[in-house]
Amino acid sequence: MSSTSDARPASQSAVPDTQRPDDSYPSVAEPIIGVEHLTIGYGQKVLMRDLNFEVRRGEVFVILGGSGSGKSTLLKHMIGLYRPMHGHIRLHGKDIVAAEGEARLAILRRIGVTYQSGALFGSMTLAENVRLPLEEYTDLPDRAMELIALMKLDLVGLKDFAPSLPSEVSGGMQKRAAMARAMALDPDIMFLDEPSAGLDPVTSADLDLLILRLAQTLGMTFVVVSHELPSVFTIADRAIMLDRSTRTIAACGPPKELRDHSDNPVVRQFFNRQPSVSADDMTRPAGIGA
Amino acid sequence: MRSHAAPTAVLEPGPPEGNTAVLRLSGRLDAYSVGPIWTNALAFLSARPGHPVVIDAAGVQYCDGAGIALLLDLLRQPRGAGAEVELRGLADQYHRLFDQFDPTRFTQKPAARLGQVSLTERVGRIGASVLHDAFDRIVFVGESAVALAGTIAHPMRLRWPDALLIAQRVGADAVPIVALIGFLMGVILAFQSAVAMRQFGAEIYVANLVALSLLRELGPLMTAIILAGRSGSAFAAEIGTMKVNEEVDALVTMGLDPVRFLVVPRLLAGFLLCPLLTILADMIGLIGGALVMKSFSVPMVTYFQQVQAAASVGDLLGGVAKAFVFGLLVAGIGCLQGLRTGEGPSAVGQSTTRAVVGGIILIIAVDGVCAVLFHVLDI
Repeated sequence: MSSTSDARPASQSAVPDTQRPDDSYPSVAEPIIGVEHLTIGYGQKVLMRDLNFEVRRGEVFVILGGSGSGKSTLLKHMIGLYRPMHGHIRLHGKDIVAAEGEARLAILRRIGVTYQSGALFGSMTLAENVRLPLEEYTDLPDRAMELIALMKLDLVGLKDFAPSLPSEVSGGMQKRAAMARAMALDPDIMFLDEPSAGLDPVTSADLDLLILRLAQTLGMTFVVVSHELPSVFTIADRAIMLDRSTRTIAACGPPKELRDHSDNPVVRQFFNRQPSVSADDMTRPAGIGA
Repeated sequence: MRSHAAPTAVLEPGPPEGNTAVLRLSGRLDAYSVGPIWTNALAFLSARPGHPVVIDAAGVQYCDGAGIALLLDLLRQPRGAGAEVELRGLADQYHRLFDQFDPTRFTQKPAARLGQVSLTERVGRIGASVLHDAFDRIVFVGESAVALAGTIAHPMRLRWPDALLIAQRVGADAVPIVALIGFLMGVILAFQSAVAMRQFGAEIYVANLVALSLLRELGPLMTAIILAGRSGSAFAAEIGTMKVNEEVDALVTMGLDPVRFLVVPRLLAGFLLCPLLTILADMIGLIGGALVMKSFSVPMVTYFQQVQAAASVGDLLGGVAKAFVFGLLVAGIGCLQGLRTGEGPSAVGQSTTRAVVGGIILIIAVDGVCAVLFHVLDI
């Protein structure tokens, strides 16, 4: 996987601090995200405890797990929406849990997030949704913002729908538009919460290719919550699997290795799509599907 | 981790190559750095309309989507024959990104928003929309009447736990605000009129004014307006959110009538509780007036005797009768707007606004009609 970090010079004339969120660029080998001794939950209820893992620059990292295992909750902790019960989450070496005010804003400006529902602003067109971060954080001229918005929508195949409201496009289109909005500022890290869920196989495959292309051409790092196995095998460099029963990480590694070599029964069951009840308990009624 | 000063984008004219002008781009082209050079880059092209231009990007050390957009904007500029713009020197890794976009596909302005139509078409659409609204309302009134009649005929078909919960929210939960507003109305009416009437030694007639105003007009009117703000809006928001979340569709596909399921309990709550709240507002308002008159040295007994003499049971019942109608209207319009909610989160807000504004307008209009009717019937 290629990276853009080699192209970054040692020093040149600096952009004002108010414009640039951060001036540090980790190298390829360095972890861009570090999760240390993280315990998460709701109120007093612990969902996952003592999670430790790293995400490296430019890799596509997938968080796997069954329904209700805490994948999306972990993602929301990683982007600073929720405060963990214990532990640290470092993005670009900065602890998002401890960061406040401008420091927190600087971290957030370098990440892009898409949510399960898309979370587009309903009163704005798709193009206006994509323009919003550009208007808020840059001093680009109007024509530049318009062009960038169109380009981002073109990347996700929605250029012709730029003047449409979110309510005028399908759910899959809304997800893709949300991805375009998340990419507006070309963040270093993209967090995607179940991007393929609810999409048809072709659109889902297109989205997978887009993720790979962005990771390869821009060196973007992707953290993806998913349980769509075909998509996971296509895009993921590495994955962790959350286990609801032990409330910790069941396995970590490339998905194909996990599928073929893991001796953890939870991981095997997940990758082999084994039902939690025996086949004998689920006999097909006579006459159906015969 | 390395830490260093971040480079910025640099734009400078290069030495011309014969007839060809050269524009050099270097440094870091990203969303934070290309803004200041964008206009100058376009101006460079505009100043050389008849010459070919080469954009030399060999010095570009980082280029993300915003940098690609700048290059694309320069290359998509309409130029005459022999005055083309050419890009060269861009590193392979960024060229791959650039190649994903065809400059010719970005020459057009985005199509006009759907809904940007001519005046004639707009007038036609508004006319059709008004007719459609009227039709919707008639259908809703009909459906509600049928569902109400069905519920009266078969009371056990009503989901009583839901109905009682809604009644509690509409009635019991509104008692403090209705009592407060009623009390303040009584106090203000009494005080403002007493100051003027005192000059003529007619303070005792303040009781007449307060009693008649509250019982016939202000009591039901203010209570209904409070109901529109509290419960009408809540009905529209609740049902509107259910509509957005496809819960109403789920009811329909389960074979359940949304009007019977959602509207009837709310109509009953509004119809039955608005009069009760009105009586409460009337009573508290009269007490407020009594307290003011006491400060004007009019004993409470005298005040209430005057109220009894001035206002008849008919005045009270007339106000209460109006409250029945107001309650039904407020609940009905709240439910109607909820069921007519469009798609998207803003649709719920629009429905809520329409429920409150429409409810208040309807209340005042019906109050005017009632005033004329009561006068004609000598009530």
